[in-house]
Parts: sequence; structure tokens; C-alpha cells
Amino acid sequence: MIYIKLFWSFFQIGLFSIGGGYAAIPLIQNQVVEQNKWLRMTEFVDLITIAEMTPGPIAINSSTFVGTRIAGVGGAIISTFGCVLPSLIIVLTLAYFYYKYNKLTVVQGILGGLRPAVVSLIASAGLGITILALWGDSAATFNLSDINPIAAGLFIISFIIMRKFKPNPILVMVGSGIAGLLFYI
Amino acid sequence: MKKDFKIYWTLFTSTFYLSAFTFGGGFVIVPLMKKKFVDDLNWIEEKEMLDLTAISQSSPGAIAVNASILIGYRIAGFLGSLVSIIGTILPPLIILSIVSIFYTKFRDNAAINALLKGMQAGVAAVIADVVISLGNSVIKGKNFISAIVMIGAFIATYFFKVNVIYIILACGLIGAISAYFRKKSDRSTNIE
Repeated sequence: MIYIKLFWSFFQIGLFSIGGGYAAIPLIQNQVVEQNKWLRMTEFVDLITIAEMTPGPIAINSSTFVGTRIAGVGGAIISTFGCVLPSLIIVLTLAYFYYKYNKLTVVQGILGGLRPAVVSLIASAGLGITILALWGDSAATFNLSDINPIAAGLFIISFIIMRKFKPNPILVMVGSGIAGLLFYI
Repeated sequence: MKKDFKIYWTLFTSTFYLSAFTFGGGFVIVPLMKKKFVDDLNWIEEKEMLDLTAISQSSPGAIAVNASILIGYRIAGFLGSLVSIIGTILPPLIILSIVSIFYTKFRDNAAINALLKGMQAGVAAVIADVVISLGNSVIKGKNFISAIVMIGAFIATYFFKVNVIYIILACGLIGAISAYFRKKSDRSTNIE
């Protein structure tokens, strides 16, 4: 039964990819390329490229991509469902305890320690994306002359608009995308 | 009943939008969620949003999916979490189904690459904006330990690529210990 196999593979990927994002890549490779041979390695690399270029988490993108190729739309839905089910169960259990015990001093203390750390994690991810956007593939050198001037201009203008006018962020992203379309081509 | 439907609909459209514009996955969705659910809709407090982010990061699975489940649950219970999970997985499900059919054409298309490259700069600016606001509110709290934790966690994750799980465990422990000593010193001043 291909549906059960897909479900079970992506259930495991969902369950063991702790830390999200790139942590899931080796797991997906193991299940999809090595164990079940649903994709060849070159197809897997294409999958990762597509997952980076399109919105959504890599694990969900992979579920859809592999599911579609192996068993059509039904396969995509089954794989995606398998992938999010562990999250749903575990996260809801944690949420239940969070809202029950978040008034306790110890829990307050733990959460108080985690909040500034979360700010740093977001900052770190943001800095990575900024460097990728401004330097592109030459990100390792940090030479000022390697900065892409169009990307730098778009970044600065978008940043000033965000700080000053606080618009809907999606408008800024779409605007920046359209500007990219005009300037890069 | 009408009001209930409106909440579910807002939850669905918000998570759908956010997911459709989250490139690269991971933490990118968190600043967008903060803007939407904390600043625009006023459904969640800033502190609670950071707590929910910590829970999503410590649980298995994609952060975007976990954070959506938590927000849905917080706003409208179990049914809310189902609505927001569907809102979150539909955009990648639809886009990837289409892309997987035409994928070589998509990969080599110059216009799509230019559009995505432009959007990358915009996404970076949006995240920078949210990080500055969040960092400011940690510093304004005038808690020395929080400021140290923030700087230390940043150095550990960005420069030393320490596994996020260890950072979360260490910072939670620091928080618990400092709360314990604060409580102890409160008690001794009360006795005096």
C-alpha cells in the first residue's frame, strides 16, 4: 500500500525533525532517496532548490513534491497529513500544559529566560537572510564591493518604509519583488 | 455563530497569507506572525508570542506549522488549531503541486528568479524591523540577565552554530535559577 508507506515515512520525518527547516533535510534524504528510493539524488537536489524558492517549510514542500510524483494529488495530501500529525499532537499537549502552568514561578522563570533567547534566534535567521540578499553567492567574502547595489537599495528603502509607516509587511515584500522584476531584467 | 465564523475565517486567511509569503521557512514566519497577531489584530501579547515561539522551536516539525497550531489553539481551541494548520499547509501544497509538474521551466525562468530575488531583500527588511522592536523591548525591561542571555544566545547561534536545542535548554535553566534566587531574596526582605 503506497499510501500507508508515504504516510509512515513522512510521519517519521515530521516526528524527528526537531529544530525545523534545514534539520529536516538529512531525514528527508534518508527516507525518500535511500530507504524508499522514491527520488534519485539529482531529483532530491532539485527538490531542495525548489523548496528554497517557494514559500512554506521544506518538510511540507517535500511531502507535496514526493507525494505528487509517487501517487498524485492523493499522495500529496496523505504525505502532508503524515508530516504535520506529530506536530499537531505534541504541540497541542505542550500548549495545554503551558496555559495550565504558566502562572507558576518556575515556569515564569524558564519562560523569562527563553524570551530574550528567542529574539536572538530570530535575529540570527534574519541576519543570514540579509547577507544572502545583499551579497548573494559571494556571502563568504563580505567585501563591500561584492554587495549587490540593487538588493542593498531595496533593503534600505523597504527598511525605512517599515520603520516609518508600519505598513502591512506583505505589501513591502510584494513591492520589493516587483521592483526586483523591473531592475534585474 | 456569525461571530465565530468570522474568527475562524480571519484565522484561516491570516495563516494562509503568512504561509504564502514565507520563503525559506523556519523563523521567517515568526516576525510576520508577530506583526499580524500582536500588532494588527491584538489577539496575542508580545510576551506570549515569544513563549509560543519557544514552544514551536522545541517541538518536532516545522516552526511555521507548530506556531500556527499554537496560535489557532490560543484563539479558538482545537478547532482553531485545525483551521490554522489547513491555512498554513494549503499554499505550499497548491504551489508545489503545480511547480512539481513544470519544475525545470520554473527553475530556469529569469523573471521568476528576479521577482524572488527582489522579495528576498524585502523579507530581510521586514525581519530587521521586527528584530529591532523586539530587542528594544528586552533592553527597555532593564533586566541585566535578559540582556546578557540575548547577547549570549545570539553569539552562540550565529557565530558558533550551537544546536538550538542546547540554547533553549541553557536559557530556560538560567531563567529558572534566576527566578529561584529572586524569590528567595524577596522572601528574606519580607522577613526583615
